[in-house]
Amino acid sequence: MQIEENKNEEFKPCIVAFCCNWCSYAGADLAGSSRLTYPADVKIIRVPCSCRVNPLFILRAFQRGADGVIICGCHPGDCHYTTGNYYARRRMTLLFGMLDYLGIERERTRVEWVSAAEGAKFAATMSDFIDTVTKLGRNRKLRDLRCKE
Amino acid sequence: MQRVIDKVKELLANGVADRVLAWKVGEFPYDRIPGVFKDDLDGLCYDSFSACNLSKYLINETKKDGRVLVLMKPCDSYGVNLLIKEHRIDREKIYILAVPCNCKVDIEKIKDSGIKGIIDIAEEGDVLKINTVYGQKELDRRQVLCDKCLSCQGKKHVIYDEIIEDDEQQNIEKTDRMEAVEELEAMSPEERFAFWRSELSKCIRCNACRNVCPACSCNKCIFDNTDTGVAAKSNADSFEENMFHIIRAFHVAGRCTDCGECSRVCPQNIPLHLLNRKFIKEINELYGEFQAGEDAVTTGPLTFFTMEDAEPDVVYKKGRD
Amino acid sequence: MLRLSADKLDKLFSAISDAKELYLPVEENGSSKFDKWSEETQVNLNRLNTVKSPKDLFFPQSEDLMRFKKEGKKITVDTPDENCKEFVVFGVRACDVKSIEVLDRVFLSEPVDTYYESKRKAATIVSLACSEPEESCFCNIFGIDATEPAADVSTWLADDYLYWEAKTEKGEALTESIKSVFEQAEDTSAVDAQKENVKAIIEKLPLSGLNLDYFKNNDMMDIFNSEKWDELYEACLGCGTCTFVCPTCQCYDIRDYDTGHGIVRYRCWDSCMYSDFTLMAGGQPRTTQKERFRQRFMHKLVYFPMNNDGEFSCVGCGRCVNKCPVRLNIAKVIRALGGEV
Repeated sequence: MQIEENKNEEFKPCIVAFCCNWCSYAGADLAGSSRLTYPADVKIIRVPCSCRVNPLFILRAFQRGADGVIICGCHPGDCHYTTGNYYARRRMTLLFGMLDYLGIERERTRVEWVSAAEGAKFAATMSDFIDTVTKLGRNRKLRDLRCKE
Repeated sequence: MQRVIDKVKELLANGVADRVLAWKVGEFPYDRIPGVFKDDLDGLCYDSFSACNLSKYLINETKKDGRVLVLMKPCDSYGVNLLIKEHRIDREKIYILAVPCNCKVDIEKIKDSGIKGIIDIAEEGDVLKINTVYGQKELDRRQVLCDKCLSCQGKKHVIYDEIIEDDEQQNIEKTDRMEAVEELEAMSPEERFAFWRSELSKCIRCNACRNVCPACSCNKCIFDNTDTGVAAKSNADSFEENMFHIIRAFHVAGRCTDCGECSRVCPQNIPLHLLNRKFIKEINELYGEFQAGEDAVTTGPLTFFTMEDAEPDVVYKKGRD
Repeated sequence: MLRLSADKLDKLFSAISDAKELYLPVEENGSSKFDKWSEETQVNLNRLNTVKSPKDLFFPQSEDLMRFKKEGKKITVDTPDENCKEFVVFGVRACDVKSIEVLDRVFLSEPVDTYYESKRKAATIVSLACSEPEESCFCNIFGIDATEPAADVSTWLADDYLYWEAKTEKGEALTESIKSVFEQAEDTSAVDAQKENVKAIIEKLPLSGLNLDYFKNNDMMDIFNSEKWDELYEACLGCGTCTFVCPTCQCYDIRDYDTGHGIVRYRCWDSCMYSDFTLMAGGQPRTTQKERFRQRFMHKLVYFPMNNDGEFSCVGCGRCVNKCPVRLNIAKVIRALGGEV
């Protein structure tokens, strides 16, 4: 039985990006309308604020086959709801520390602050994150085998 | 401990409360079951085996009429503060009698030392004289203390109405509670992953850790709520073992008082406190020293922030300088 | 009776596992369970009870029943192969052997549970008599003889020898296939001495005097309405430890798991202690912890015997006695309700 994936086939990571409605999501729009390119492996999920992202969302993304999860929110100080991203910052710092503590590659999760005006930064961030995750290979440690095709 | 029973009798006679929440003797000489006593204090017992944390029982007790007298060990008193802060118990309805603690004995460790068929246990100083169907055995109690006691927060009671002063000398060598966390941090990610896999794969999802935890006081747990999409009664996949424990630890992060009950009650001996302590350590290092339950007013670290908080990438930078 | 020197147990295990998979009590990482034997496994036959009972081998904690897959308008249903590979379970205590009989009554009566049946048919059970019962043991009150376990093969570990006696056809067949590792036991006095010794110890155990007459002689509703439940349940945390370590608890839940490209329908152990046990559209029929707590013991001591010729669905293994976080247990319930010594 062949369990390992075919080595010749190029590994395309599946990336889930949680983007704040008020900034990063608009940033992604701007990247598109400015015709900037970034790999198509990013699946964007729009959230009202980065602090809407519950640690469960991140785990569930990994469960269902994500290889990397990135959370994009407004720059600290710029939150539409004034303070949401500050709370998100603490939560994600602790969660990432815990994932690392459990031996799950720390590079698979990331938080990035991207404003609505930063289309170029959005594209660059995604390209960079995909590069990092591609080097890590497929997520095997936080995956539900039942969800494997 | 006769002193404690006398004090309880005196307080009840004075009318400070109409009942008392304490430990009750059970089937075996080491069974101490949380229980409520009204007039008859028969079976009330406080000794080396009274390890259960009573603070969570106050949620139900304070829903009843009248006032309850509760016996509190130092480590349990943090849970009371936490529950008061979170409006889960009414301070007015409890009268706290702080009882001294010189560490509790773990019956499982006694049994693991090979002692079987226990009929009776007598304590003389540090010596446990154990009468079994296979003969008389002796053990130094310091060899069989609960793990949670070996690195506890000390003898300070953080909340009480009345205190029974401690007259015993502390003769137990404590270990640094973060020692095991640091050991894990020093391992490679692969070693850590292997360690946690071997531990968490034992989980039978009995929910004892959750149900005993004074910080887990939700009326309906997310893992019991079929509308959440994560509800499950068993770990059907290794992912679910990881998810349950990561999320549970995260839900109590900044609120866990480090009472150690989760690990004590685990039927599979999973060192769950190491997850909670990791959060405590990170919080202390990144956001300043914080002890949940130290008082009933200070805002917890996850419902608070500063403009200068570290960025999440501190995690990646760790150990790479 | 056959025998084998105790230091050659590995030889026996490897002989059995040459032909069939072998499961036995294994020590792992501060816990114990029935696990597959290999040369590296740390076998522990001294431990009286594993944390989870061998029930797990016949009725796993989580088991896939079927998978649904949708492609276009076509739905395919896959069921797992019902032909379970033959296996041997070694080291099952008398109480656990009895617990499998209890499970048989539930799963093998009509309608037969085919998932359970396939595993049950494939299994040869080798029991091991108890040599050192503990204070949490009370199998004797259910008429179980810890020194004379039933099963396909019974074994005794006494005086550095493992004594082996086949009791059924299945047991004979297994014995025949590994005959070469044994020698004839001419003298079985060591076994007899052990039996006598253990019986004397059981007499002295604190729970061996529990009496079940109250449950046999009283009306179901009187037991149900007893005031004692109010006090008994008080400390119960509502966790599932007692149910999950119990060798006879057999309630399960069936759930669908959406994998994103299909559905896995699986069943998993349920616990009557849980707030969502037997949850229906109209809610939970037992809304308080007292009712849930009572359900567990009423089932074991009253409902089950009523429907099964007086057979109790507790075997006195003592797992719940040892593992309850707040040290509540069935022995306390029996005693408090009326089973005084």
